[in-house]
Amino acid sequence: MKRVKNCLVMVLAFGFLLAFLAAPPGAAAAEKTILIGFTASQTGKFNVEAIRQINGLNLWMSQVNAAGGVKLPNGDVVKFAAKFYDDESKKERVQELYTKLISADKADFLISPYSSPLTDAAAVIAQQYNKIMITTGAASDSTYKKGYTLVYQTYTPASRYLTGAVDLLAKLAPTAKTIAIIHEKDKFSTDVVTALKTYAEGKGYKVPLFEGYEPGATDFAPFINKIPQPVGAIMGGGHFADTITFAKQLYEKKINTSMIALLVAPPEPKFAELGEACISVIGSSQWEPQVKYSPEAAKKAGVEYFGPTVEDFTKTYQAKYNGEVPSYHSAGGYVAGLILQKAIQQAGSTDTAKMKPVLDAMNLMTFYGDIKFDNTPKAHGLQVGHDMVYIQWQKDKAGKPVKQVVWPAAAATAPAFVCPTR
Amino acid sequence: MWSQLTASLTDGLLLGFVYGVAAMGLTLIWGVMSVINLAHGPVIALGMFGTYLLFTHLGLNPYLALIPVAGSGLLLGLVIYVVAVHRVINAPHLSSLLATFAVNMIIIGICTAVFSTSPQNIDYSLGSLEVAFLTIPASRLIGAIGAILVTAGLYLFLYFTRPGKAIRAVANNRNAAELMGIPSSQVLALSFGLGTMLAAMAGGLIATFFPFTILSGGPYELKSFVICVLGGLGHPLGALLGGLILGLLEGLIPTFMPVSWVPVLEFGLFVMVLLVRPSGLLGAK
Repeated sequence: MKRVKNCLVMVLAFGFLLAFLAAPPGAAAAEKTILIGFTASQTGKFNVEAIRQINGLNLWMSQVNAAGGVKLPNGDVVKFAAKFYDDESKKERVQELYTKLISADKADFLISPYSSPLTDAAAVIAQQYNKIMITTGAASDSTYKKGYTLVYQTYTPASRYLTGAVDLLAKLAPTAKTIAIIHEKDKFSTDVVTALKTYAEGKGYKVPLFEGYEPGATDFAPFINKIPQPVGAIMGGGHFADTITFAKQLYEKKINTSMIALLVAPPEPKFAELGEACISVIGSSQWEPQVKYSPEAAKKAGVEYFGPTVEDFTKTYQAKYNGEVPSYHSAGGYVAGLILQKAIQQAGSTDTAKMKPVLDAMNLMTFYGDIKFDNTPKAHGLQVGHDMVYIQWQKDKAGKPVKQVVWPAAAATAPAFVCPTR
Repeated sequence: MWSQLTASLTDGLLLGFVYGVAAMGLTLIWGVMSVINLAHGPVIALGMFGTYLLFTHLGLNPYLALIPVAGSGLLLGLVIYVVAVHRVINAPHLSSLLATFAVNMIIIGICTAVFSTSPQNIDYSLGSLEVAFLTIPASRLIGAIGAILVTAGLYLFLYFTRPGKAIRAVANNRNAAELMGIPSSQVLALSFGLGTMLAAMAGGLIATFFPFTILSGGPYELKSFVICVLGGLGHPLGALLGGLILGLLEGLIPTFMPVSWVPVLEFGLFVMVLLVRPSGLLGAK
């Protein structure tokens, strides 16, 4: 009996050995490095936002690589590397550089540049070359309504960017009846304010001033002088450089209103450099370090939670970038990588055809919020899960400017207040 | 309506003084040596950065910082003249145009590498002045006063000092001036230096009320061309007058139509002046 047992063990051992030796070389666990290509506005008017976006993406990449990469079911390990060029914040550079990234550098996946116009230019190249592109920093709705099937948006679309500010105004200053809208004349800002105007008028507000300024404008006095008095709220702006100047000049001109709600600049920590001029200004933000997304919240909502917690992201980001507080641009950069990671993990492959259905069906919560894409042909890739939060610059006990989440009420860290008389 | 018009005209007028100083530098160089200085915009931006650096790193009041900025502008102008302009001064206009364009690209390239193109801001506020229903940012008011002082200084220099008179003589007739013993090369270098000094000072003043990047000088350079043509090429006082007219237009137009019409009308005026009165309002001397 013992001899039979020994024979059996011998046969099994021989079988295993044979199977191991006979296995094709490709079947052994292999490490594969995936190249992620993107352009980054290291110079030009978008460079503040774009650098934060890259910081976020680089943090994700260093973390996922340090954790051993993504393991595929066949045992392969996928690690990530980045290749990027400076697009100088210019649309005309973007298409040339994305073509180079795909053709010459052989990028496997693409991340969008910062801003809607640049992304719009890049998206067509991604689709043309059959590459998946995760967009971040690109909120304009129209990019996702052009029939692209491989472009996926992380940001809440522009059409929902400032509509919450109208709801907040109704609560904060019920007597306010007018909203003056002054905005940058670029794709993103125009999309935002067009949707804002429709929404505000639908809520019974009048819009006595609706005017756009050229990108790169520095003198807002001609627009500010046109604001009719009294005015319930002033909304609009564009990107960081122009909006911070607009806010400063509104303060210098001592414009009185119940609410000032502007795009892009207010959530940036650098906005506090305005000092007194930043106080009471409201900004819509894709993400803030105070948000309350968590594995528990995901469980309650019945969706999967993926990636680090809000606290972990904030802590590791600050540790990597000399204490810099992450902005929503940073979070957007990180989550773009996270989406790609999740899609590869779930598809068990880096093949575009296998990853596409996974992305189409994706429905999860991350530290950045909900992620779900429109998968209808009408607006394929448009972000439908994520929601905005609204921040207001207030003073802390020492009198220093501090950002507080004021809307939606459920996420508020402090109540909003009406702009003080200037 | 009236309050909006008055507020807009006041803002435009105050800004017009600073436009005038920027254009004065361009017109001086053109008037004396017939060189269109395409490095004018970056020099304006360098003036902005000079004021910014002196304010943020040495804590110097931005208005006091204009003095070293002016000195550096003068020196920079002398260097640009010697390196890039002197050899092509008698060549066809295209040569000097290309030479100053090359300087323009070099300055922008170096400063983009050093400072990036992130917007910089001089965090120095003097508050606002309230006069009746007008709220005037104090920085604009001081900018206008600074511009008047600079213009007066330039006028006194050109009309009451020996080097100033030499500049006017060379501008009038270089050969005749040389026959009278005026060293024209030195005078041309000084003129170029003064032109860049004025551009740098205009930049320093603009930096106290608007944020800027190394590319911010471009729009002021374009406005300077319109102003020079309007006031009369080569005429410094015409430049100030042209600046004021342009500033007033920038205040007036937005009251009646969208602000995006401002450049359309500004450049329309530019073409009209070239057609109707090519010598400008005060005429070139």
